Amino acid sequence: MTTAPATAAPAEANRRGQQVAQLVQRHGALIVLAVLLAVGGLAFDTFLTAYNLGNLAVQASFLAVIALGMTMVIITGGIDLSVGSVYALSGVLAAYGAREWGLLGAFALPLAVSAAIGLAHGLLVGKAKMAAFIVTLGGLLFARGLLQFLTAEGSQTYLVPQTETAFLELGQGRILGLGIPVLIVLVLYLLGGLVLQRTRFGMRLFAIGGSEDASSLMGLPVARTKVSVYVISAVLAGLAGILSAAQLGSGVTVIGVGLELDAIAAVVIGGTLLVGGAGSVGGTLAGVALLFVIRDVINQVGGFDSSMQLVVSGGFLVVVVVLQTLLSRAKRR
Amino acid sequence: MTTATAAPARSSTIGLVRDYGVYFALGLLFLVNLVLTDNFLTADNLRTQAVQMVPTLIIALGMALVIGTKGVDLSVGSVMAITSALLPLYLGYGAGLSVGVCLLAGAAAGLVSGYLVAFVGVQPIVATLALLVGGRGLALVIAGGQLKDIRNPELRELGSGSVLGVPYTVLIAALLAVLVGLLVARTTFGRQLVAVGGNPKAAAFAGLPVKRVLLTVYVISGVLAAIAGVLATSRLAASDPSRLGELIELAAITAVVVGGTPLTGGRVRILGTVAGAALMQLITATLIKNDVSASLAQMAQALIIAAAVLVQREGNGSR
Repeated sequence: MTTAPATAAPAEANRRGQQVAQLVQRHGALIVLAVLLAVGGLAFDTFLTAYNLGNLAVQASFLAVIALGMTMVIITGGIDLSVGSVYALSGVLAAYGAREWGLLGAFALPLAVSAAIGLAHGLLVGKAKMAAFIVTLGGLLFARGLLQFLTAEGSQTYLVPQTETAFLELGQGRILGLGIPVLIVLVLYLLGGLVLQRTRFGMRLFAIGGSEDASSLMGLPVARTKVSVYVISAVLAGLAGILSAAQLGSGVTVIGVGLELDAIAAVVIGGTLLVGGAGSVGGTLAGVALLFVIRDVINQVGGFDSSMQLVVSGGFLVVVVVLQTLLSRAKRR
Repeated sequence: MTTATAAPARSSTIGLVRDYGVYFALGLLFLVNLVLTDNFLTADNLRTQAVQMVPTLIIALGMALVIGTKGVDLSVGSVMAITSALLPLYLGYGAGLSVGVCLLAGAAAGLVSGYLVAFVGVQPIVATLALLVGGRGLALVIAGGQLKDIRNPELRELGSGSVLGVPYTVLIAALLAVLVGLLVARTTFGRQLVAVGGNPKAAAFAGLPVKRVLLTVYVISGVLAAIAGVLATSRLAASDPSRLGELIELAAITAVVVGGTPLTGGRVRILGTVAGAALMQLITATLIKNDVSASLAQMAQALIIAAAVLVQREGNGSR
């Protein structure tokens, strides 16, 4: 790709073109989301109601928490395929922990196990320089295997005791009409945005994703940063699992299959480039919302079965990715 | 410059382990089984093991080519599901035509991902992810959400018959492995593929048809996935688009990587891929036959993958 400076007049037009391209790439998901919400609201009476949107938001909150960690990993140029399995494993551990040790156990046990899995990923990717794809694929298999093992091949279900009201409230309660998981998502995304935009750690993530070699030469702690980012991703997946256990009241063994793909899709739709070095948490949140609004609109239309949702989501992903690729090319010219 | 059939680049111990570790592990596991597992070396057991690994092996062959170009094809499981849904639809016109339709569908799927990767410049993981998500849905839409029995006698024979004690499906897989192996080692296309994976820019400067090569490997991968889908559906004698091929992309990638093909491209080892698929099959079978639960088997598999790749140490490939 050439980056030779052009003459003055075209350069001006060029810059404006670049700004537009950047704008679309940054906020494309948000624009489409607004359009879809408007269309859905006009077409279906039951769509833009507080009840429906509130429910959608709670359903989407688990993926949102996971996708936040995925965004950070992808910004560094890596990928974390294990999040769906870690999420399911955490849900089971949270239910078990709640049964044995109450609220503290419901948090401590799954978070400790998730952090350990994330640490293993981080060390293998960051220190041993193994491919993130394969490492976290191993993590996916391992966490799913451990989950099956703990639940006697999926035959045993751990229930959260009904006496653990504080814990159950976390998944089922509402404050000011907003589900508590939704509030947690908002807080986490605010924190995530601050970390990425305002801290040294966040800058390092972008630097490593932009050029790992250059980052090393500049003396940035590349390996350590990578270890941290995989731990963060696993812990967030664990937290999502805890929230799901609080909402469902039990550790469900069959959830989370393919969830890593949803998370990656949300991140990509939100404008984070898979090559690393660019991305935003706001975009990811819009991407998550978009995935769920698409599903809901298809449900509202009716007459389609759930498999049509997959077709539309997949087609949508293709369109978004093609547009993004073309836009980022336009930006480079 | 490595060629596909080059001797080990480094003759250090690590290099040797990397290049021949999979065969060593396979041999070791074989010996362990001879001692531990009852009825291991019976024709029946070996046949069962071979039949079980057929779909993964066929898909791994295509995956090896794709990974050789620095890509990855996550859509193979969904392509299997699509072919499984299509297969019963045209059986009225005979088995030949149904299978033809399925192979065309696989080629079409490969064309879509290949076009996105080669001509639009989308990353392989994203392009094929979209097809993974959409393809499974498409398969369910085609099938109308129901299982269909396959009653066609020819397909049933293909799926469960054998010649001289060797199942047809195993024969087909072996034949495909030989063909793909020759393609990599003995043809211009094979050399171009390795060059494109090793250094796309240099390959383009050297005047190689980079885009065409990329497009072709995804089409080959799609067709192979379709063949795997046809064989698996025939063996089940039922079309099962909702479950068929789930997670098979991961199993195939594992077989390829364990067999010594690095994810960073520029090297393809087909014999290693076959050994990798056999190793994975044998690990699972060994653990399950010796009353280790499936979940522990899965955890062991994860650790073995990590160990295999740790030995290979693929530099800085972070995808």
